[in-house]
Amino acid sequence: MYCATLAVRSIQPGLLAHLAKAPTLSSTNPHRLPSSVAREDEHLLVAAAKGGDAGAFEELVNRYERKIFRLTMNITRNREDAEDAMQDAFMKAFSHLDRFHEESRFYTWLVRIAANEALMRLRKRRPNQFSLDEPIESEDDFVPQQIEDWGPSPEQRFAQTEMRDILRGVIEELPHDFRIVFLLRDVEGLSTEETAGAVGISEAAVKSRLLRARLKLRKKLDTRFRQDGKH
Amino acid sequence: MNCAGVMRRVSSYIDGDLEATVIEEVKLHLKTCQECTLLVQQTTLTVKLYYDSDLVDYPQEAQVRLHETLRRKIRGDRK
Repeated sequence: MYCATLAVRSIQPGLLAHLAKAPTLSSTNPHRLPSSVAREDEHLLVAAAKGGDAGAFEELVNRYERKIFRLTMNITRNREDAEDAMQDAFMKAFSHLDRFHEESRFYTWLVRIAANEALMRLRKRRPNQFSLDEPIESEDDFVPQQIEDWGPSPEQRFAQTEMRDILRGVIEELPHDFRIVFLLRDVEGLSTEETAGAVGISEAAVKSRLLRARLKLRKKLDTRFRQDGKH
Repeated sequence: MNCAGVMRRVSSYIDGDLEATVIEEVKLHLKTCQECTLLVQQTTLTVKLYYDSDLVDYPQEAQVRLHETLRRKIRGDRK
């Protein structure tokens, strides 16, 4: 890719040396995002980009484009919308870099922009299927039920591609309101406050939707794991 | 605390977002309730499975188009 080479070439040598010393990632903590590396050097790249270093901005793009596409795709579930939302998010981030005062991480700021872009397209395409209002509380989610052991670890029982299909199928069944909060909190790793800001709902609503999203997903996975585990 | 109480708090419990006294109440219930213990374990695993998964492929054409668009934008802004 042109940009990776260009980015490396045009970043300040001191910055590159700092990046080279950055520690490696750990993928075990479910709420560590995007990475300790990013948190340590992100501000240097942002400062360089603000100073007109196009390579530094490209490095930020290289770092986050995959995650941002995943987010916009997961929200819109439409390839064309996802790509447009991603492009517009990076364009806006570049144009408004001077407005980013580093109260949050650059990644968080970028996720907010991308989530907004994706939500805008989702609302346009499905105006009646998405609202910021609190969804009607269903007590069904909280009825204690008989819970059975999943047996040997599902991660070991199912092949990676099979597991991917199961997870993808199950999350697609979640209503938008729950899915988006779950994606921002549990997949993109935003805090409750950041998620509330990105979606435009209260923190209490984020917590409520997250609880119900997690319970629904667990229940749906339970059905799949026990059903598919029988063959 | 009863099973319904644990269900309503399972998400905050996983996130460590409860008062210490409430956490103790949940723990006390879990000691004697196998169902709620499974609920906490399976909900935690659900979050982990999604966090670790990468459900979306990033098409190379999309990547190329993004970089071309940004390159044009950067050039345009500098003129």
